[in-house]
Amino acid sequence: MMELYDGDLDTKEIFGRWLDEQSNSNYGAYIPFVGTIRAEDGIEALSFDIYEPILQKWFDDWQDRAKAKGAIVKMAHSIGDVPVHKSSYVSAVFSPKRRVALELIDEFVEDFKANAPIWKYDVIDGKRIYAEDRSTPMDGFGLLG
Amino acid sequence: MIRVEFLGPIGKEPIEIEADNLLDVSNYLKRDESISKWLDKCAVALNDMMISDPNTPLKDGDKLSILPPVCGG
Repeated sequence: MMELYDGDLDTKEIFGRWLDEQSNSNYGAYIPFVGTIRAEDGIEALSFDIYEPILQKWFDDWQDRAKAKGAIVKMAHSIGDVPVHKSSYVSAVFSPKRRVALELIDEFVEDFKANAPIWKYDVIDGKRIYAEDRSTPMDGFGLLG
Repeated sequence: MIRVEFLGPIGKEPIEIEADNLLDVSNYLKRDESISKWLDKCAVALNDMMISDPNTPLKDGDKLSILPPVCGG
């Protein structure tokens, strides 16, 4: 299940709910990841655009990869502005044993950064500026170049 | 007609063009400097599926999405 929210995430509610949902699933490991907006370079907030149809496919592919290892992945992300010190991204892996979860959360979060169709902007003095220097071309880029 | 959508920070309205393949699309888009400067960094999706084959054929009614560099989280 992928969840998208306008604005910052209620991380305690999300992690608590995910834990409750899997309370009888017999998973031995639950590894959550929280992405929090840091105050740097004078930003007030970060802001996000998402292209949901491709994000959903990307996430469904990861759900299949996790399932093949007996695990499940979850994520939630913000759309629009998220102030500094708030969270814009959370994800988690549940698996029967810790090793699979530890490896999957690493691969899942890194591939998320590289290939999830999400665009980030710095918000400075109320203006939205594309975070070009921190952005990565997606796999297969340059097809029309 | 092929519908071309520009996602995220490219900030352009969708357009509809005649094209049989990606080369046609590339040649068309390169006429606009404000779009062409993005193209070498952008990935492409056909009808919401990411594609990597430059010889992918196009047909009437297809939707191409142009995806600039990403940074989620």
